[in-house]
Amino acid sequence: MQFMLLFSRQGKLRLQKWYVAHPDKAKKKITRELITTILARKPKMSSFLEWRDLKIVYKRYASLYFCCAIDQEDNELLTLEVIHRYVELLDKYFGSVCELDIIFNFEKAYFMLDELVVGGEVCETSKKNVLKAIAAQDLLQEDETPPNALFDEHGLG
Amino acid sequence: MPAVRGDGMRGLAVFISDIRNCKSKENEVKRINKELANIRSKFKGDKTLDGYQKKKYVCKLLFIFLLGHDIDFGHMEAVNLLSSNKYTEKQIGYLFISVLVNTNSDLIKLIVQNIKNDLNSRNPVHVNLALQCIANIGSKEMAEAFGHDIPKLLVSGETMDVVKQSAALCLLRLFRTNPDIIPGGEWTSRIIHLLNDQHLGVVTAASSLIEALVKLNPDEYKGCVSLAVSRLSRIITASYTDLQDYTYYFVPAPWLSVKLLRLLQHYPPPEDPGVRGRLNECLDAILNKAQEPPKSKKVQHSNAKNAVLFEAISIIIHSDSEAALLVRACNQLGQFLSHRETNLRYLALETMCLLATSEFSHEAVKKHQETVINSLKTERDVSVRQRAVDLLYAMCDRTNAEQIVHEMLNYLESADYSIREEMVLKVAILAEKYAGDYTWYVDVILNLIRIAGDYVSEEVWYRVIQIVVNREDVQGYAAKTVFEALQAPACHENMVKVGGYILGEFGNLIAGDKRSAPQVQFQLLHSKYHLCSASTRALLLTTYIKFINLFPEIKTEIQNILKCDSNLRCSDAELQQRASEYLHLSLVTSTDVLATVLEEMPPFAEKESSILAVLKKKSGRMSAQEAHKEARAAGGAGGAAAAVAAGAVKNSTNDKNAKNSSADLFGISTPPVNSQNNSSSNTGVLVDVLGDLYSSSNNSSMPSVATNGTNSASPATLTSGVTDNIKKFVCKNNGVLYENDIIQIGVKSEFRQNLGRIGVFYGNKTSMPLQGFLPSVSISSADSGRVSVQVKPVESTIEAGAQVQQFVNCECIDHFEDLPEMLVCFTYGSVPQRLSLKLPLSINKFFEPTDMNGESFFARWKNLSSPSQESQQIFKTTCPMESGSIRTKVMGFGMQILEGIDPNPENFVCAGILHTRTQQIGCLMRLEPNRQAQMYRLTIRASKDGTAKILCNLLSQQF
Repeated sequence: MQFMLLFSRQGKLRLQKWYVAHPDKAKKKITRELITTILARKPKMSSFLEWRDLKIVYKRYASLYFCCAIDQEDNELLTLEVIHRYVELLDKYFGSVCELDIIFNFEKAYFMLDELVVGGEVCETSKKNVLKAIAAQDLLQEDETPPNALFDEHGLG
Repeated sequence: MPAVRGDGMRGLAVFISDIRNCKSKENEVKRINKELANIRSKFKGDKTLDGYQKKKYVCKLLFIFLLGHDIDFGHMEAVNLLSSNKYTEKQIGYLFISVLVNTNSDLIKLIVQNIKNDLNSRNPVHVNLALQCIANIGSKEMAEAFGHDIPKLLVSGETMDVVKQSAALCLLRLFRTNPDIIPGGEWTSRIIHLLNDQHLGVVTAASSLIEALVKLNPDEYKGCVSLAVSRLSRIITASYTDLQDYTYYFVPAPWLSVKLLRLLQHYPPPEDPGVRGRLNECLDAILNKAQEPPKSKKVQHSNAKNAVLFEAISIIIHSDSEAALLVRACNQLGQFLSHRETNLRYLALETMCLLATSEFSHEAVKKHQETVINSLKTERDVSVRQRAVDLLYAMCDRTNAEQIVHEMLNYLESADYSIREEMVLKVAILAEKYAGDYTWYVDVILNLIRIAGDYVSEEVWYRVIQIVVNREDVQGYAAKTVFEALQAPACHENMVKVGGYILGEFGNLIAGDKRSAPQVQFQLLHSKYHLCSASTRALLLTTYIKFINLFPEIKTEIQNILKCDSNLRCSDAELQQRASEYLHLSLVTSTDVLATVLEEMPPFAEKESSILAVLKKKSGRMSAQEAHKEARAAGGAGGAAAAVAAGAVKNSTNDKNAKNSSADLFGISTPPVNSQNNSSSNTGVLVDVLGDLYSSSNNSSMPSVATNGTNSASPATLTSGVTDNIKKFVCKNNGVLYENDIIQIGVKSEFRQNLGRIGVFYGNKTSMPLQGFLPSVSISSADSGRVSVQVKPVESTIEAGAQVQQFVNCECIDHFEDLPEMLVCFTYGSVPQRLSLKLPLSINKFFEPTDMNGESFFARWKNLSSPSQESQQIFKTTCPMESGSIRTKVMGFGMQILEGIDPNPENFVCAGILHTRTQQIGCLMRLEPNRQAQMYRLTIRASKDGTAKILCNLLSQQF
């Protein structure tokens, strides 16, 4: 997967995750172009489209569009299910997730995605395991790791 | 405001609320600027912020950045957070730097150090955070800093499963940045054996990594085939309860299954009959499951199940050897064609296109013709209709061409504008390819012009004219048909062009009929004249002068037209010139001369339809399909080869188009098409194929691959395009290193002392992007440690026609023998390409020329007298022994030519110092050409043992 975008029906970008480096300007252009293209599509249309040399897979959940760009040889149907698994995880975590949850807890949405997808590839497909990892993070408020000596050395502590 | 989870930051939530409540963009910007000022003052203030506050402000900055505003501070505070002992602070720090990577080198060092600390942490949650960060950034620096540790982490028995998963994918990301970081040798088998891991999550992550490694180096990882097959087989035969949480909506481990099937597609069907049998059983089982009633009504179940199914079909198509499986796959897809899910219809149409190109399943695909035609008419999504058009095109053959063309013409009347042009091209190609009877072909093309005239490109109507000119049997029919078509009250300008040209050539064939008498023909054409553009008028003027020759009885009438002010004084120079020249031609020349000048056009050269090239150029998807098809045509002898051939077809035909469109196809001043083509048209295909082999690639290379389907032609096109100039680079630093029909690789290099910088330029010659572009350089094991190269990364895509450059920094550490290997991998169409080349880096590049007099030369020569310091070769030459060119080569070799030392002026005596990191090697050389014998004697002495031999081998190959 090359990138994933979450945006609202009004075309507001809610989350962006890039697995291939692009300059900021290019990212903005790509985002604009895809949001316009996808919002113009009708409900009964296929979830796939060809765009530049990539395949775009997208799906709408309530007011949010989830959109992934994948390589030619990647599997479209399974990408739909990566999206779905992500939605399930958000749903489970926030308890029936809505757009506002993702706006106000955007950092959590990122953390969750990092558990599911690493470097553009699916890392852990088990819902139980991902939720376990996230729960472990939430528990780790206070860690016993000693302060990093290096930073003191640099006067940055 | 919704509840904030975890240890939510209230200040952040308030800020986000504020932003959301802003009524206008200006308000929002104002609020953000206020916040930025606040954060800046907090960061700069005297009061030390505690971790929580830092985290909160960094998080606000991140939010502002994600809203689309620029952030130019706060990086240091974010890096500070990395070393926090509170996990959530650390996490926010990592998130910030992952999103806002800054190349500021001071910070990078700090970041790397922090990541290192976390990687060594005993807490797996911290290790994972570090790994995810590396994978998110994936920069060159990261590859350098962690390329060593992560493989260890991945295969170590002590690493926890969750960490292994991240490590595998982290390594994959770094491998994409720099392929050299993957250790070879024993690591290969340790990595492959991750496929046997107990933990399915580990296997899933590892299989992604292995798939990428296999893509670049299939031989090295061959061992994974049998492991992958047995893993797959265990999953497929498992019941959905066996795999617990790795079962997704009643489908056992769909992600892993798809990955394994993908991995296996990089290999031919397994040779071991046992493995092969097991794989076929799996594929069979997957096809069987597709027929079972669904275990759930949820779309997730069907998607996951079908994702595996499509991947299985993909491997079946890829191996193209099991007829039974191919037919079963086709039948399965046939069912999807009328499925209620649009997505499945879309994918089925797309995949069937590939099945249509296999001889085993072509007939099976044809059974679904009615359904496909029906989807063309009823699908509501244009992208699905587009797929249907593609499939009809792919399944077309002699038996169904008339019906398919008929249906496509029907559809064209109502087709979406976005796909009309491509459809026109496809119809034109099919009509020509499968025309049993050329009257049908003429009808189809005229219909195309009638229905979609605006979308009929020049190539299409040029082509119909070429065919009519070349086929006597259809000329009368064509004249009659265009004459009728021109009678329509509003006819397209393209029709006027075709009509004008054909009547000008063959109007006499229908002039016997009173209804199409010369005068009627002329008046019909001239009635359109004033409505047409200048280029069409120019064409019509040529038709008129041709009429003067064909029909002397209307000569005066035509002369009057030519004479009239609107032509003779036309503001368009071309029209004015034509009118005046044609008029004078008709006034002053005898009928004999006129008849000679205006004779019927000779036949055009029989070539591949240029339309096909346009179609390929138009859509990348098409070219991929064609490449696939041609891979099969070439007997499956490697997709890469066929793709090269396809590239050749494309390039040469494009050249031709350029020629055609610039030349005046009709002007009297230009002889009708060039005579060189005429001569070859009579001699037939065989000579053209040979012509390909012997002629230079840019001119008459005839693209015979696609249309006539002669397999023998593809190797011909293949060999013609490739040049590898590596040998020449021993004595020069700049130039074209390698070129084939897809890519041109140029080199520009400079050297100083023991250092060098080689700029490599990759130019994409095609009209499709080259993807997954990944050049890599490796040093032979014999030379490892003697020379070092450092390859800068390049972008993974080279756009059509674009060039990218890559720098390779090199250092000579000790004398070395072999040129470094250069492997260039990329995907063209969907076909992976691998070019195995050499980097033009030879030891002599590090020469410094040294001047000396005869006395010191001989003294040194004598000093270097041990046998291992000298090397001598006597060899015959194949090149002409011209002293100028010998001198150029010797100078290019890098040593100083010393004049006046050797009594024989024909001989060359040279001296130079080789700079390596460890030492300087003094070298002396004598080269004696013997013209009578066409031989050379080359003697080299060098201060280091063995160096002379290396140099001698290098230089002797240059003559």
